[in-house]
Amino acid sequence: MKYTEEHEWLQVEGEIVTVGITAHAAEQLGDVVFVELPEVGSEVSKDDEIVVIESVKAASDILAPLDGEVVEVNEAIVDAPSKVNDDPEGEAWFFKLKVSDMSPMDDYMDEAGYKDFIG
Amino acid sequence: MSDLKTTPLTELHESLGAKMVPFAGYSMPVQYPLGIMKEHTHTREKAGLFDVSHMGQVILRGESYEAVANAFEKLVPMDVLGLSEGRQRYGLFTNDAGGIEDDLMFANRGDHLFVVVNAACKDADIARMKAALEPEISVEPVTDRALVALQGPAAEAALEALVPGVAAMKFMDVATLDYAGAELWISRSGYTGEDGYEISVPEAVAAQFASALLEQPDVEAIGLGARDSLRLEGGLCLYGHDIDTETRPFEAALGWAIQKVRRPDGDRAGGFPGADAVFADLGGNAPRKRVGLKPEGRAPMREGVVLYAAAEGGAPIGTITSGGFGPTVGGPVAMGYVTAEHAALETQIFGELRGKRVPVTVAKLPFVAANFKR
Repeated sequence: MKYTEEHEWLQVEGEIVTVGITAHAAEQLGDVVFVELPEVGSEVSKDDEIVVIESVKAASDILAPLDGEVVEVNEAIVDAPSKVNDDPEGEAWFFKLKVSDMSPMDDYMDEAGYKDFIG
Repeated sequence: MSDLKTTPLTELHESLGAKMVPFAGYSMPVQYPLGIMKEHTHTREKAGLFDVSHMGQVILRGESYEAVANAFEKLVPMDVLGLSEGRQRYGLFTNDAGGIEDDLMFANRGDHLFVVVNAACKDADIARMKAALEPEISVEPVTDRALVALQGPAAEAALEALVPGVAAMKFMDVATLDYAGAELWISRSGYTGEDGYEISVPEAVAAQFASALLEQPDVEAIGLGARDSLRLEGGLCLYGHDIDTETRPFEAALGWAIQKVRRPDGDRAGGFPGADAVFADLGGNAPRKRVGLKPEGRAPMREGVVLYAAAEGGAPIGTITSGGFGPTVGGPVAMGYVTAEHAALETQIFGELRGKRVPVTVAKLPFVAANFKR
């Protein structure tokens, strides 16, 4: 598992990267009430704002962590946004990217690095 | 660490695990471990305790209540003189252009008028009252008392258990009752759309009183986050957002707060700042109106979202002034101003969200029916 400074977690299986937000991020956001996901099949570039997530407090974005194609999105969290608070690092993943160049992954933090990052 | 002011309940909030934020110069609890959504729902279903000690409490005294009321009517368009002893009313300070300088509650407490104003405006309000009323009327800020609100259907039973007598009060009644030898100034009112009480308590017993309320089985501590979503569903204005120095009472749909006796044909018509400008909006002449807004779908529309008449093109017709997710409604709710021709209920307009125009319906306020004990 790798982590971004935007509090995303990235799980790599072959050429597919599954993306979600960390438990720390979910706690900071508070109760999530709305999620808008990218369209399956869309080509995205690193740092594109591809997810809108709104909590009772505020709106925020999730950035694409890598260049790739969105191959699957988790409609369950659109229907029940509270899942993001209940199980952010499991059931409530956001989208899956098909990635050809995995090299930017080396720049992301491992679990120990992320724990240091959030202090 | 900071120069934020505290309240007599700050230590209690911290011991309960509150997340504290700066608000109007005070360190205040925005939420507790329960979280905004559950705090909101708990208040609607049981009872919530809010610390609102940052608000301004002021006593106005003169020769008699009548003397104070006559003087105070020079600052507000409300019937102060006709308010019975033991009763409270909602009021507005206006400026010379008819705009709203603050909203407030005032109560006839026999020999004096008790006024509660917003935290962010309190210094200006006190200065305004001193300038206009002294020396005939004394303006005494109350700085040795906390102010708490207990709101929700279980509020009556929870407070009655500690302070016998409150159950007999009706909506907008005020009373002085004893708790542990201390004098409580209680009104049956609030800012959630629910039944409940607002209680001024001497700071020496404030923490003990709040803890005793929290020990009641149905009472939870509630932060500013849920206070905002509760008042939004209740259709209640937040000063500085839904009303400000640029909005006039009839535009703000607060004409109900201006009693007949102060209106153009009344016995004590006008006589407050900006009366001509305020009354020019009568008879449907207000160019814009504050309305409830129900966005389609699930995405919240927050303050600042621009409103349009059509799905494409055209000039803006208004702006959202408060908006978010309504936990009891189960979807997004908002308030805002629209031009008069778009203010009728059920009018379909559009709000621009991240570059897309999303349908919005002009909706009846409040979004959640008020639950007052009349």
